[in-house]
Amino acid sequence: MTWDNARADAIIEAHKALDGAALPILHALQKEFGYIDDAAIEPVAKALNLSRAEIHGVVTFYHDFRATKPGRHVLRVCRAEACQSRGADALVEHATARAKGHDAALTLEPVFCLGLCATAPAAMLDGELHGRLTQRRLDALIDGCVR
Amino acid sequence: MSGLRFFLPRDAGALAVGADAVAKAVHAAAQTRGLDIDLVRTGSRGLYWLEPMLEVETPQGRIAFGPVEADEVAAILDAAMTGKPHSKSLGPTGAIPFLARQTRLTFERCGIVDPLAPVAFKGLEAARALGAAATIDAVTKSGLRGRGGAGFPTGIKWNTVRAAQGTRKYIVCNADEGDSGTFADRMLMEGDPFALIEGMAIAGFAVGATKGFVYIRSEYPHAIATLDAALRIARANKLLGTDFDIEIRVGAGAYVCGEETALLESLEGRRGTVRAKPPLPAHRGLFGMPTVVNNVISLATVPWILANGADAYRDFGMGKSRGTMPIQLAGNVKHGGLYETAFGVTLGELVDDIGGGTATGRPVRAVQVGGPLGAYFPRALFDTPFDYEAFAARDGLIGHGGIVVFDDCVDMAAQARFAMEFCAHESCGKCTPCRIGSTRGVETIDKIVAGTDRAANTALLEDLCQTLKFGSLCALGGFTPYPVMSALHHFPEDFGAGGKLAAAE
Repeated sequence: MTWDNARADAIIEAHKALDGAALPILHALQKEFGYIDDAAIEPVAKALNLSRAEIHGVVTFYHDFRATKPGRHVLRVCRAEACQSRGADALVEHATARAKGHDAALTLEPVFCLGLCATAPAAMLDGELHGRLTQRRLDALIDGCVR
Repeated sequence: MSGLRFFLPRDAGALAVGADAVAKAVHAAAQTRGLDIDLVRTGSRGLYWLEPMLEVETPQGRIAFGPVEADEVAAILDAAMTGKPHSKSLGPTGAIPFLARQTRLTFERCGIVDPLAPVAFKGLEAARALGAAATIDAVTKSGLRGRGGAGFPTGIKWNTVRAAQGTRKYIVCNADEGDSGTFADRMLMEGDPFALIEGMAIAGFAVGATKGFVYIRSEYPHAIATLDAALRIARANKLLGTDFDIEIRVGAGAYVCGEETALLESLEGRRGTVRAKPPLPAHRGLFGMPTVVNNVISLATVPWILANGADAYRDFGMGKSRGTMPIQLAGNVKHGGLYETAFGVTLGELVDDIGGGTATGRPVRAVQVGGPLGAYFPRALFDTPFDYEAFAARDGLIGHGGIVVFDDCVDMAAQARFAMEFCAHESCGKCTPCRIGSTRGVETIDKIVAGTDRAANTALLEDLCQTLKFGSLCALGGFTPYPVMSALHHFPEDFGAGGKLAAAE
């Protein structure tokens, strides 16, 4: 859904009592909106009695947190060593070319290990796992997103 | 005929290769045949090249089929009912050599049971009967060392926390299994979450902690869901007791948060930057309180030790590496999966014999042991026994027990470059050798490969690695030299030495 400050405030309120609440709050915001808008920095900082710089620092430190809205689908192809040993680099190069120009439909992200190292190469599409990937199967996944 | 029981994993590794489609096909095929069946979704046995592996219960025990495609299920069902042969039949599951040769202690139940069927916490009962001090003694006596990679004796860590003063104490489970080639933590949390929950409860009882956190990486949504469901069941069944509770926290894609102090920073809601030690987390850890930080496998092994006795565990293994290690065979390997065995098995046995060589059928050229910070070993070192000290003696490490196999197509200079690049990508930025050295490392490797002042730049890379090794705050910068230097020393030809490039100089 599109960013909504009132909804964001409710999410912040619901999680702020946790010990070390920053990550749970940011995860919940991203789950709801797909990203963490700049508008969230100030209310999160206020709720946790931290500076805006600290919250900005947390958002930018972690690879998971996005500052902009992703495409309708998110495809994360593993780039770590076990997948490299089964040709992941070539797969990623191929996927990048095929997804080009389809930003609204598909966001391609690298991921370093999905724990599927014995069924490599692997990827995650919108939370669904895919192992023993081939170029043909990856094409089918991408085509299903951009069609 | 009714009540035929089938077993199929719900493990992420099985789901990734179509286990849910197989499950659907099993129900559909049973319905068209008018069969009343029970399909139990288990964890994985860890024989990933055979996933999805479907098992059926017979009077002689379970028999297995795999790797099963959804459109083969009907024929498999018929074969299972009539006892007729099928090309995907693997025979009795327990007799599959990869399984039969293992010693499964930590993974005793994984892949066999419904992960969410409550179990009796026999280890916790035994700990309560022994008392806190004797429980720690038992863990110390068992010889259990931290399975996350550092190999620190678990009992000694617990004793430090027990003796430390604090208004509150914590048990933190490090489930930020970021090393490529490792999946033991994931498999255990998805296949036997109660082993981990019980281990944490025992740790809490032993050191006097009332609260536990499990920090799981976000890349493991299935493990998070299974552990969360198991925790609810544990609470509902009052398995944890009245004075201990566990909360799950999810990481956010930072590899460095697998380092214990960065993990604590992250749990406290900050950037995952490394803390200088001392103070040790055992003295001042989470929110400044005495904290046990243990890996999933360390904690999940404790119930077995308490239930079966410290000596029974100690009897396995070699030297100072006691008990068993869940070794993970990954990457370009024919028989990839989890192989739990006593310490002492050689690297060659693991890769060639148990792993069956490469999946591509080409010769094995290198294996990386212990994750992205582990050394690359050539075949010449395949006689190294799997043991903390033996690997250290050969400038390697066993880490969390992952082995990634590469065939002869691998470019070892590219792998060394990736190690530096990964360090640059994941550095928390706190210490200079790691933050800047990793980027300079990438540039220097590029120069070596391009043939620019090769001898001088190779010397520079060696020197830079020494700086990283001894000057970094944590293992990310400190261990990145392992893959880099091992690649350079064991595979100099890939860096242009002695080859065409060198001759042209």
